[in-house]
Amino acid sequence: MLEAKVSQRLGDFTLDTSLAVPAEGVTALFGRSGSGKSSLIRLIAGLGVPDSGSIRLGDTWLVDTQRRRWVPPHRRQLGVVFQEARLFPHYSVRGNLRYGMPRAARADFDDLVELLGIGHLLSRTPGLLSGGEARRVAIGRALLSRPRMLLMDEPLTGLDGVRKQELLHYIRRLARDTGVPILFVSHDTREIGALADRVALIEEGRVMASGPVDEMFARLDLGPRTGHFEASSLLEARIVAHDEALCLTRLALPGMPEGEMLSVARLEGRVGDAVRLRLRARDVGVTSTRTPPMPDVDCLPATLREIGDETHGPFVEVMLDVGGQALRARLTREAVSQMGLHTGQALQARLRSVTISRHDVIVM
Amino acid sequence: MLTPLEWEALSLSLRVSGVAVAAILLPGLGMAYVLARFDFPGKTLLDGIVHLPLVLPPVVVGYLLLVSLGRQGTLGQWLHETLGVSLPFTWQGAALAGAVMAFPLLVRAVRLSLESVDRKLEEAARTLGASRWKTFLTVTLPLILPGILTGGVLAFARSLSEFGATITFASNIPGETRTLPLALYSLVQTPGKEAAAARLCVISVIVALIALVASEWLARRARRRLEGRHA
Repeated sequence: MLEAKVSQRLGDFTLDTSLAVPAEGVTALFGRSGSGKSSLIRLIAGLGVPDSGSIRLGDTWLVDTQRRRWVPPHRRQLGVVFQEARLFPHYSVRGNLRYGMPRAARADFDDLVELLGIGHLLSRTPGLLSGGEARRVAIGRALLSRPRMLLMDEPLTGLDGVRKQELLHYIRRLARDTGVPILFVSHDTREIGALADRVALIEEGRVMASGPVDEMFARLDLGPRTGHFEASSLLEARIVAHDEALCLTRLALPGMPEGEMLSVARLEGRVGDAVRLRLRARDVGVTSTRTPPMPDVDCLPATLREIGDETHGPFVEVMLDVGGQALRARLTREAVSQMGLHTGQALQARLRSVTISRHDVIVM
Repeated sequence: MLTPLEWEALSLSLRVSGVAVAAILLPGLGMAYVLARFDFPGKTLLDGIVHLPLVLPPVVVGYLLLVSLGRQGTLGQWLHETLGVSLPFTWQGAALAGAVMAFPLLVRAVRLSLESVDRKLEEAARTLGASRWKTFLTVTLPLILPGILTGGVLAFARSLSEFGATITFASNIPGETRTLPLALYSLVQTPGKEAAAARLCVISVIVALIALVASEWLARRARRRLEGRHA
């Protein structure tokens, strides 16, 4: 458990916030650029000194300005993965990995190299690595220093789509297999949907809200902060069948009647695997009946839980309940009034399979 | 190939310059670090004092050394009485003159390379459990090695060619303080020694060239190590 309560003035900008990070799983620190998320990470890592406040990791005080206590970065046992990989150019990849490695971590070396898929790079110099490779090495280097927590500052920014997916996959495996808690900084809701268990939303130097990722995604009031266009919901589902001929995978949502399925592009997982599905609000529509049926649209029975309080502009966001999970939909204000939508109403949520890309579905 | 006199001047020059560079290497590194990394009142003044030998006539530097370190100077008197050391008119004095003249060149080169070191790498080392000192030894120092090499060779060359401060402070004593430039000067002053002067001239040029080529080679090797071997 990491608990920070700090304030620091940086020119015109003031960081003044508290943050709690549980001792397991992946916590995302989400905010726009300039919201203070990187500054907060630097304070936790010991690369900056807060004007006042305290930071505690488990039962170790890292910072306590009142008792004039400040642990220097090299004694904090926190691994940091920076946005730029920051590999040492004068050491080989192997040398970089071993830089902070205590004797006790030697046994982990081979496993971690294997897990990150960097075995073939060990004798290279960092200058010759691609962006994705360099970041994997940086992650390995940080983990081999046996950190009590891994801090990642926008580890995926600047990578192209394929590399980003690849690295997401590695980070997810790390979180699952190593048990090291991760705090990662991001301004991308897609990354967060794919990685995080919990989200803390930071704005203008303050953590405004925090909670489990699906709850945070389901909060309409945070829409203006997370960005309407990319607003989305996270749903848990299960693979029930693959259709090899049509290259589709059928998913079932918990709490849905037998036979209600979503079709998505063929996934890698096995039948029975749990998946996390990210659905953009703008891709979800509602109708009151299933007729007329449309061949490439899946319908899910839903209850209208909440209507957003927008009174201006063309669009309104509504929150639906599908088998107990929250599904966000974006409608025109015109549709809301013409359909006479009201909370508690039984509806059909409509989804076109083609709007769900492979990147939106994560096999857990 | 070399006459005993030429050999004497050459070996003395190499010894004097070698000792001079060795003596200023650590202080130069320290001074460069202080100037590159810290801000404090009086920094501009310190910077100015360090660079003074670059802009002062060397004879002035030699004279100042003589005034302060000669038997009559406070510092010289103290050195002589407590340690029994006397620097003027000795090869150690010549080395000191060379060291003082070469110091700013070394500091400049090291400082420039220190300023180009990516501080983010040092931060990364700190988060990996390295103390300040370990970070300096394992990250900063290897990264500024090309700069130290360049600065060292520049300082060596400057010290080899030192004339004004040496002749003023250490005089022109054969076998003791008569380095290559001083030997050349003496020959030029003597009628009928034109051929011997020309030979010394050639020797000086060759020594300087070797130093330059060696420094270029070393710096390029160090730089190549930083940029990465091609697989």
